[in-house]
Amino acid sequence: MSNDYLLRIEDLHLERDGQEILRGVNMAIAPGQVYGLLGRNGSGKSTLAYTLMGCAEYTPSRGRILFAGRDITTLSITERARLGLTLAWQNPARFEGLKVKDYLILGMKEPSRERVEEALAAVALSPLAYLERTVNDALSGGERKRIELAAVYAMRPRLAILDEPDSGIDVLSLDDISQLIQRMAAEGTTVLLITHRDEMVPVTDVAALMCEGEIVRVGKPQAVREHYARHCRPCEVAKPVEVPGGGYERL
Amino acid sequence: MSDFEAILKAYERSGGDPNFLRSSKVASLVISGNRVLGANQVPGVRIEPEEIEHGVRVKVIVEPGTRLDVPAHLCFGVIPAEGVQKILPEFEIGAGAQAEFIAHCTFPNAVNVRHLMEAHIHVGKNATMKYSETHYHGETGGVEVVPKAQVTVDEGGHYSSEFALTTGRVGKLDFDYVVDVAARGVAELTAKAYGYGNDAISVKETIRLNGEHARGLAKSRIAVRDEATSEVMGSTEGNAPFARGHVDCIEVVRDRATASAIPVVRVRDDRAYVTHEAAIGTVNKKELETLMSRGLDEETAVDVIIRGMLEG
Repeated sequence: MSNDYLLRIEDLHLERDGQEILRGVNMAIAPGQVYGLLGRNGSGKSTLAYTLMGCAEYTPSRGRILFAGRDITTLSITERARLGLTLAWQNPARFEGLKVKDYLILGMKEPSRERVEEALAAVALSPLAYLERTVNDALSGGERKRIELAAVYAMRPRLAILDEPDSGIDVLSLDDISQLIQRMAAEGTTVLLITHRDEMVPVTDVAALMCEGEIVRVGKPQAVREHYARHCRPCEVAKPVEVPGGGYERL
Repeated sequence: MSDFEAILKAYERSGGDPNFLRSSKVASLVISGNRVLGANQVPGVRIEPEEIEHGVRVKVIVEPGTRLDVPAHLCFGVIPAEGVQKILPEFEIGAGAQAEFIAHCTFPNAVNVRHLMEAHIHVGKNATMKYSETHYHGETGGVEVVPKAQVTVDEGGHYSSEFALTTGRVGKLDFDYVVDVAARGVAELTAKAYGYGNDAISVKETIRLNGEHARGLAKSRIAVRDEATSEVMGSTEGNAPFARGHVDCIEVVRDRATASAIPVVRVRDDRAYVTHEAAIGTVNKKELETLMSRGLDEETAVDVIIRGMLEG
């Protein structure tokens, strides 16, 4: 593998509760790329995101994470974020008393009201209507998701991991998300887009497919999308999953 | 510096705007120790202070139907390092009146100061009283504050109070408010405090919903770190048909601090409905990791979360 990658993951393994969730993940993302990671629910995509971000209880048992040539495998979340890596969480946290304008400004190296407003507009939210609102339960799930994306966009990170930014959002809003990703890329942010919606694939430069904790296919987005549609979707439908309280049901 | 200027400076430090205390258009009261340094009345509002040993007894009367356009400002303080201050206020909010009070209690140099307040508050029929009280106790922890209030809310009246002690040390706080609410009346009590060092916080909020359709909320937001302690008892009683009440307590604990919560809900009428929620623990991990993923270190992230909780 060349050294020209912003993010390189080598043979990454992670166990939780005695179960191996990541089974030797290898990945390389070049600067400026929008890298799509597809996979059905439970394939390990979000676990990979938390592991890359350095979350507690997501310490790899084996393997390395290299960011801009530096081994960040043992760095804290804060240290990784300060190197320019961040995560838009799939289910964003709620903060009692924290206003949207303050939340967005937290991660900005050069805080400015203009950038905050620009970030809200980039996720199709009116600054006038949202700046003074609180990032709490009063916002809908979709609104919190957009605000989370705006916060990441406002940061101008080197690498943004977007964990299912499209979940819980209607099809019409997918266009907004796609435009935001393109905007991030245009500003120089490399994007790792995690999704199980293959409609998002056209916005990516490279796509990979994750299955049961492994990257099973990497390549041109359309080819990976077709493979996903042909093989993974039927698998998702056919594969029974254990349900709480015992027994099985079809997804 | 005159005593008046000294207390105004302390008032400003605790978050107040001294211009309100200088204005002849704003109802105000300034008390330093047991001395009344200023009392300004406006039409519809009478303020009658009386100096007593170690403190001041004061009657605040808002005439029926009065609408206060600008909140009344109250300043209570002790400037020396030691002393006792006893404030005995009696608020009478006449029927249909609407009044807001903003109080600041400041003890910036306290090493050994006791501040005792025993308030009696009557909110008349269809009247509204909003009372916010912000404290600043300096950085030594040498303050004991005992705010107690007995509040009566008549039919259709509305009483809300917010007590905040979130900057500087707490020292020892023993907060105890009791509110009786008549039919269609509303009471909202909020207490916020941030203790550290060996601060000791005790908050008791009691709301008795005695009339039909009365409503009440007893809310507390407390954070403690180091070796500070916190005990919260939020109690709401539904004593009449269709009374609705809720107790809402969140306490955040760090380091070796300890916290306890006793939410009490009591219903004496099968058509009343009272609920409670209490959460004690460290800051939410998801919130913490989210802020850290924006580049904040852990300590700063915790502070942002706690400040949000206390100021929200």
